[in-house]
Amino acid sequence: MNHQSPLTPPSTPSMEVSPLHRNALHESGILHAKGEARYVDDLPLPPHTLWAWPVLSTKAYAKLESIDLGQALELEGVAAVLTAGDVPGINDASAFAHDEPLLAHDYVRYVGHPVACVYADSLKACRAAAALVKVEYSAAADRPILSIRESIERDAYHGTPHLMKRGDVKRAIAESDLELSGEFDSGAQDHFYLETHAALCVPLERGRYQIYSSTQHPSEVQAKVAEVLDLRRSSICVEAPRMGGGFGGKETQGAHIAMLSALGSYVTGRPVKLWLNRDQDMMMTGKRHPFYSRYRAGFSAEGDLLGLQVEVYANGGWAEDLSSAILDRCLFHLDNPYYIPTLRFEGKIAKTNLPSNTAFRGFGGPQGALIIEEVMNRAAERLKIEPAALKRRNFYGEAPRNLTPYWQPVLADRSARIFDELTASAHYQKRRSEIDQWNQQHPWVKRGIAYQAVKFGISFTASHLNQAGALVMIYADGSVQLNHGGTEMGQGLHTKMLTICAHELGVSLDHIRMMNTATDKVPNTSATAASSGADLNGQAVAVACRTLIARLRPVAAKVFGFADVEAEAAQVHFEGGRVSHPKRAKTLSFDEVAQAAYMSQISLSANGFYRTPDITYYRDEGRGKPFHYFAYGGAVIEVELNGLTGEHRLTQVDILHDVGRSLVPSIDRGQVEGGFIQGLGWLTREELRFSDDGRLLTHSPDTYKIPSLGDAPKRFKVALLSDADQPEVIHGSKAVGEPPFLLALGVLGALRHAVGSYHEEGVVESLPIPCTPEAILSSIAVAQGELSAAEALLRAKG
Amino acid sequence: MPEINMETVTRPYLYINDQKVLLGEVSPTTTLLRFLRDYLGLTGTKEGCAEGDCGACTVIAYEPQSDSNEQASYRALNSCLLLTPTLHGRRIYTVEGLVTRQRGGLGCGLGQESDAEAHPVQTALVERLGSQCGYCTPGVIMSMAEACYRTDISEPWQVDDQLCGNLCRCTGYRPIQEATEAVVGLRPSGPLLDRLERAESPDDLQGRQATMTHHQQQQRFYRPTDLSTLWSMWAEDPRAELVAGGTDLGLRITKAFEVITSLISIDQVRELREVKMTDDGYWSIGAAVPLSDVERLAKDQAPALERMLRFFGARQIKNRGTLGGNLCTASPIGDTPPVLLALGARLRLASASGERLIAIDDFFIGYRQTALQPGELLIAIEVPPPSEVGETHQRAFKVSKRQELDISSISACMSLTLMEREVNGQQERYVREVRLAYGGMAATPLRAHQAEQALLNQAWTVETIEQAIKALDQDFTPITDHRASAWYRQQVAQNLLRGFWLEVSQGAPERLPYRPSSTLILSDTQDQGARS
Repeated sequence: MNHQSPLTPPSTPSMEVSPLHRNALHESGILHAKGEARYVDDLPLPPHTLWAWPVLSTKAYAKLESIDLGQALELEGVAAVLTAGDVPGINDASAFAHDEPLLAHDYVRYVGHPVACVYADSLKACRAAAALVKVEYSAAADRPILSIRESIERDAYHGTPHLMKRGDVKRAIAESDLELSGEFDSGAQDHFYLETHAALCVPLERGRYQIYSSTQHPSEVQAKVAEVLDLRRSSICVEAPRMGGGFGGKETQGAHIAMLSALGSYVTGRPVKLWLNRDQDMMMTGKRHPFYSRYRAGFSAEGDLLGLQVEVYANGGWAEDLSSAILDRCLFHLDNPYYIPTLRFEGKIAKTNLPSNTAFRGFGGPQGALIIEEVMNRAAERLKIEPAALKRRNFYGEAPRNLTPYWQPVLADRSARIFDELTASAHYQKRRSEIDQWNQQHPWVKRGIAYQAVKFGISFTASHLNQAGALVMIYADGSVQLNHGGTEMGQGLHTKMLTICAHELGVSLDHIRMMNTATDKVPNTSATAASSGADLNGQAVAVACRTLIARLRPVAAKVFGFADVEAEAAQVHFEGGRVSHPKRAKTLSFDEVAQAAYMSQISLSANGFYRTPDITYYRDEGRGKPFHYFAYGGAVIEVELNGLTGEHRLTQVDILHDVGRSLVPSIDRGQVEGGFIQGLGWLTREELRFSDDGRLLTHSPDTYKIPSLGDAPKRFKVALLSDADQPEVIHGSKAVGEPPFLLALGVLGALRHAVGSYHEEGVVESLPIPCTPEAILSSIAVAQGELSAAEALLRAKG
Repeated sequence: MPEINMETVTRPYLYINDQKVLLGEVSPTTTLLRFLRDYLGLTGTKEGCAEGDCGACTVIAYEPQSDSNEQASYRALNSCLLLTPTLHGRRIYTVEGLVTRQRGGLGCGLGQESDAEAHPVQTALVERLGSQCGYCTPGVIMSMAEACYRTDISEPWQVDDQLCGNLCRCTGYRPIQEATEAVVGLRPSGPLLDRLERAESPDDLQGRQATMTHHQQQQRFYRPTDLSTLWSMWAEDPRAELVAGGTDLGLRITKAFEVITSLISIDQVRELREVKMTDDGYWSIGAAVPLSDVERLAKDQAPALERMLRFFGARQIKNRGTLGGNLCTASPIGDTPPVLLALGARLRLASASGERLIAIDDFFIGYRQTALQPGELLIAIEVPPPSEVGETHQRAFKVSKRQELDISSISACMSLTLMEREVNGQQERYVREVRLAYGGMAATPLRAHQAEQALLNQAWTVETIEQAIKALDQDFTPITDHRASAWYRQQVAQNLLRGFWLEVSQGAPERLPYRPSSTLILSDTQDQGARS
């Protein structure tokens, strides 16, 4: 056992140098490791706090006939049991679609829909009371819809379809050398944040409520709580301490939990805590959208994609939630890094009686890219072109080959550069031919290798969300409090914001205290989502800091004793906690300058605000510039599988990822590695199964398997692209939260390569997702002609 | 009715971070996790699943030297499944207890960053950015803490084994693995090391070995530490259920919210913790010996059992779960029953009136039903010595959706003795003895008798194996559930037999390599043997 030192020794930033672009520790790391980091469930409870426990629907779709609370209310310790009729304001938990009753009324629309909520002195009393709530249902007019295919048959959709088109795609495909068509399914994924949803509501005087919420979107929680209580937003303060993981699962759905706790507080006048246990969390909340698609593609014999037609259907679940934006992002990523001369993409959102699917890292992007990767992989098999080479030749190029399906040109494309650097450093070609030889000699164990490219659009596609605020406060002793609108869910946003703040103010990291995200510090914030946290909030923090520095310059110049303060102020320099001027030998401390500013009656707090310029999208026309820029990445992935059991394992992964000029490389590396492994889980392990009546069967880690330590590849090399400054983004950086998730799509390419070795032509007819051992064994059976592709698919669906 | 020992302790206590804590009026079915968080305000330890599948609740317990534990050690345990009174007299350390503290107290004060000095495992993880959201981190830290004081980690797979019970959704694990590798066996000086290096204090020994009862309201809880006391307590309360490690029973409390009225905790009963050779040469393992000890000892005594235990479950579960428990829950997908069936183990059962031995073949009588009579207890599992004649091959297989910490879709163990004979003037190897046992294929763990018959006394050839594979169809009619379809189970049951043939004929090593791509060790598998 080797006791090696860390691979990336994070340098401790010296006092004199800006911490920007340097490795740093996670700002809460030591608190995590000592058990001192506090999450909502860890907060000390005020006296007389009640616990809340939702009573969940047991039917996927039924009419609510009656709810009998009599016995439950008589139980000792029960303060209230509330139903839809008790809501003083609007009984709607949706972000904007107004289709999501917080407490079911008239109908229940999925198993897990809260029909009532119990508030009692203890969880034990809550559970006992919940068991006594008698809910009577009668059959709804129709059967529940439990699959995308059923919703298509019954024409049941959310929202409006989204259409993108260019050129005469039918003709292009008809005239092509290879025509491909098929159907494709991708699966759901539970977020499995280690911290389940939680909220604590404390009623204050004059109808104010303080809410501690595990949420990525405090402003929306504030708005929704105000609506449900029929109050103005100024009455509600939402504070978000760190989350124990979010991944999109706490973008909208934290609101439900906070609303139920606030409702209890409103009625009883007591603090209320609602914390979901793992089973409740998995049954009640939405997942990554499964997508079903049909496609038709045409290629030239040389491997050029000539036309692509895709119809996609997202499984939205019972309510719309963010499905519309997720569908949009799926369509925006049907191209991945490939130029598609003629195309027709159409997307719809299936309305089903399942939990309402929601944001999850990638937000439809991975599901979209997966489809074109399937098309590319199949084309490579049919045309007998090495898949990486086929993909490389389809990358975006010079105009007119740089136009995306939504007519935004791809500028400064880094796909080819990453491909060339990575395939060389990972010896892709050599390994691929070695593996081909090896597979011929080994009947039972097969290997596969693939190259995966990723291009991911950065910005909220609802353009108005691309705004952020910050509040920086310097106290008269020079200490600094930093507030910004973003939330910390582990991704290192606070570390990056501290770094930017320290850089801008010219102080060390420990000079600044990061505050919990709170709606009374920065109002009207957007969700921390779409990988945009650092891009947007970083700019706002920088703006606020620059405002303060502009105020401090003349103060310092005055302390330095210059007569012409205004002229000399420009040359005042802030770095490493010291304030200097080229014409003065003596330096001042930042604290001294702050004190002087206070004495000179200069304001020491400032807001910063930022909005992303020049982005807009016209959904009706399928055209616009939805993205500020694109992030890129590449991966070379090798797998080994056993043909007797279908078990498989990643043996080597090499990644080269574009994060621009990294704000904090050690944090970005963590995002790349973590995103990749999460993608691996989605594609190979994680399987959500529902019963025939719509009940989730896999609602705990006993049956729902996310990757564990040994699933990480033994050889896992991650590099960040060098010399990659991104113009017009904070300090040349790029967003990193979501794009690396898509790198894992290459696992499918590698598995195809291995499974294909069982077929004489190397063709893989069927590779159901997730690629569990059973799915792989069935794919091999198909490749060997022992099973039809349809049978294999049927089996995969259980 | 026999008298209960007059010295029975009725005010149970345990030590949390070296401070004595009384249980008071806490319900006997309160889990340690709830006790720490709700009664002591120690919120560093987290609940991620309440079923021992995520590790966020991991703590370590001091484990004294014993038959199965060569030297005193710390053991990582899932506090979410531990019933607090079973820990009477024992020492538990939480994430708050690792630091070197300037002030007193069980943990840090709320809302203040403690001035406590971090333990090397904490520093090692932080330096490598092994925490992102931080929610799994306290559990990761405590699993690393066990590794830090272990002296028996010499192979890379043991680091995976140590950490596979700690799910992390953020990091992708690379930094966690590297941090753990950096602290394995480090044993930094300090109070935790001092405790391992000195003899257990007489007070601790007495507390740990004391008979204890903890009756609160409607619930009764007994903890005998020897068999005779156990019999008298059971006689007093014949409807009491027995609990050993509690990794299965705990779920009834944390998931089904069942109120269990009467429990006898048997994990400290000395006779059940013995490991010895019987007079007739069987290797006897006490029913309450933790599986992690069984795994280590089986490396020499029963390699097939060791192989199965590698991916049996998380280290935390193996530190608490027992061989007896795994047999007595009689789950059709338990992992050790097929191994013990194939090895031809026998079981020592006892009751107040005496002992009896039965073959394990006679133990599983129906879905989750065993041959245990009312008032009867499994006290030891006895594994026979390998056949003295011929050439014996024993291999265990487990196929699951995820290799680590998952329940089998299908498991199997195969034991084969080959001998030479002359047929028509030609030497040939033939099957002298064979036992094929499967889990996940029927309502109970089951031998494949038809397939065995197809092999017995036949030449050891691929044709014979193909005959046996055909016969498997008559042995089993598996079902479809959310772990696997009937088709998959049938295919893999056949293929495991095929794989067994390949392993034996290729002379594959008995032990699993580091991070194998399959439960089958085929000679064309990458990275044969342990990676160093």
